[in-house]
Amino acid sequence: MIKFCLSLILALGLAAPLTAQERSGPLRIEITEGVIEPVPIAVAPFLAENAAASDFARRITDVVAADLIGTGLFRNIPESAYISRVSGFDAPVAYADWRAINAEALVVGAVTLSSDNRLLVKFRLFDVFSGAPLGEGLQFAGSTGSWRRVAHKVADQVYARITGESAYFDSRVVYVETTGPKNARQRRLSIMDYDGANVQYLSDASSIVLAPRFSPTGDRVLFTSYESGFPQIYEIAVGATQKRALGLDTDSMTFAPRYAPDGRRVVYSEAKGGNTDLYLLDLQSGKRNRLTSAPSIETAPDFSPDGSQIVFESDRSGGQQLYIMPASGGEPKRISFGQGRYGTPVWSPRGDYIAFTKQNAGRFHIGVMRTDGSAERLLTASFLDEGPTWAPNGRVLMFTRETAGSDGEPALFSVDISGRNLKRVATGTAASDPAWSPLLP
Amino acid sequence: MKIIHAGLLIAALGLGACTNADRFGPGAGGAGAGAGGAGAPGSVNDPTSAAYFNATVGDRVLFAVDQSTLSAEAQQVLAGQASWLMTNGAYTALIEGHADEQGTQAYNLALGARRASAVQNFLISQGVAPNRLRTISYGKERPLEICSTEACYSQNRRAVTVLTAGAGL
Repeated sequence: MIKFCLSLILALGLAAPLTAQERSGPLRIEITEGVIEPVPIAVAPFLAENAAASDFARRITDVVAADLIGTGLFRNIPESAYISRVSGFDAPVAYADWRAINAEALVVGAVTLSSDNRLLVKFRLFDVFSGAPLGEGLQFAGSTGSWRRVAHKVADQVYARITGESAYFDSRVVYVETTGPKNARQRRLSIMDYDGANVQYLSDASSIVLAPRFSPTGDRVLFTSYESGFPQIYEIAVGATQKRALGLDTDSMTFAPRYAPDGRRVVYSEAKGGNTDLYLLDLQSGKRNRLTSAPSIETAPDFSPDGSQIVFESDRSGGQQLYIMPASGGEPKRISFGQGRYGTPVWSPRGDYIAFTKQNAGRFHIGVMRTDGSAERLLTASFLDEGPTWAPNGRVLMFTRETAGSDGEPALFSVDISGRNLKRVATGTAASDPAWSPLLP
Repeated sequence: MKIIHAGLLIAALGLGACTNADRFGPGAGGAGAGAGGAGAPGSVNDPTSAAYFNATVGDRVLFAVDQSTLSAEAQQVLAGQASWLMTNGAYTALIEGHADEQGTQAYNLALGARRASAVQNFLISQGVAPNRLRTISYGKERPLEICSTEACYSQNRRAVTVLTAGAGL
C-alpha cells in the first residue's frame, strides 16, 4: 500500500481584505440541487520547483483539472484567458485579475521532485470573490509512481472544500473487462482508478467472472467465478494472483456476494434445487446462517452502512421488488411499489439512499429512493442499464450500460444523484459489473 | 462418494461451457458405442450416441418470458429425453439453465437455476435416476442467439441437457 504523508502548510497572511463582495458567504456548491451551469474556476498550471519536476507538474495539473471538470460542477478557464500568472507558490494572489475573468476559485500548486525520487506536491485553494483562501494549504508526498494518486488527493481536497461533500477521486473500481461477441464473451476481473487509468488484472479470461465487490477496506475483492465449472464465490487480495474459494457447497451455485461493513461476514445467494435464498457466511469460522427460506428468488443483497439491515430483491410478490430485513434475517419489509420491476439494490455509503435497477415498459433505468422507498427518482434510461455502485461519497453512481443488437457491448457509465453529468467512463475495452472502492487511505 | 462426485463435475463442465448444438463431434460419445444401432458408432445415426440425442431426441426446451413452467411441447421433448436416458444408462447429464438478456444478472442466474431444476424434476418424475442429473445456470451470460429481438430471446430462454459419458454421480 502506498503511504502518503500529508502536511499542513501554515497559512500565510496573503488575503487582501475586500470591500465589495458579490456573495454573502464563501464559495459553496450544493451538488444535490443539480448545477445547471458549471462554475468557472482556474486550475493554474502547477509550478515545477525544480527542473526535474516539470513533467510531473504538468501531468498533475491535468489530472487535478480533469477530476474537477469531470464532476460536471466546474469549468476550467484556459490559461490563455489569464490576466496574471501565478509567479510563485507563496506570491500574493491578484484577486482582481481572477475576478475579471470570472474565476470563482483559483487552485495554485507546486511540485518538487526530491533527489531520492519522491514527489512533494503542495496546493492552495482561493475563493476569488471572497478574496480569501478556502482552507489551509496542504502538502502531499509520495513516490513518483503514485503521481496520479497525489493529483487525485489534491482534487479531492478542492472538491470537498467547495461542495462540503466528502471526496471520491482517490478511489478505484473493480469491474469485468469484456471482449468477444455476445455469444462467446470473455471476461476478466480487472481493477482501475476511478477515472479508468492504471488497469490491473486479477484473473485471466479463461472462465466467466461476475459481479466483483470490494471489502470495506478496499484491499480484498469478492466475486463469482465459473472456474470450477460451477458458479462459486471467491475472495482475492488486491495485487495477489491466488484467489481462494470460500468453501461453500460444491454441488450448488453460489453468487452475488457482498461484504458486511465489518469485512468479516459475507451475505450471498445460493441456489439449491432451483430455489435461490440468502445466506450469511462468517469468513473466519466458516459458519453459515440461512437468512431467507422462501420458494421465491431472493438475491442481490447489500448491507446498510451500519451493518444492521440487508436490502435485497425478491420475486415473492410475483415480480422483482426490493425488500429490507434485519441483518440476522427476519421478516422482510417491501420498499418498492412503483410500476415495473426493481433489482440490484445498493445502499449509499451515507445511508440516505438506495440505488437500484428498474425495468419498466421495455426500458432499463438506474434510480434512487429513500431507504423507506419514498422519493423514487429515475436517473437514466436506456435499452439496458444495470447494477449501480456508489462512489465513496454517496453522490455519484457508476453502472453498466449495454447496447442492443448483435454487436451490442457493455460499457461503464457514471451519473450523479441529481441525474446530471451522465458520461461514459474511459475504459480501454468493453466493460461491465463495476464496484467502487472506498476512498483510499 | 464426495470425491468421485467432484471429479465428475469437472469432466462434465469442460463440455458444459460450449453452446453449440454440435458440441459432440464424431467419436465424442464413446460410451454409446457398442450398444447397437444403424449408424456408425457415435454418429448422428447411432441411436445410442449423444449426437443422436441432440439431433433427434432434442437436447433443449424453451421457456416463456420470466417463466420456468414446462410447456406441453417441452414436456414432450423431456419425456423423450427421459426415455432415451433410461435406455442409455452410460450417460449422465448436466442441465444448463439460461435466460435472455432482458433482466438483471443475479436474477437471471436464479431464473436459469429454476429452469434447469424444472427440467431435472421432470426427468426424475419420468424415472431417470436423480444421481445421473446435475444442474447449472448461466443466467444471461451465454446467449445462443445475439440479436436483441424476441426471435433471438425465445431461443435463449432455454434449458439444455448436455450429456457426458460416465456412470451415475
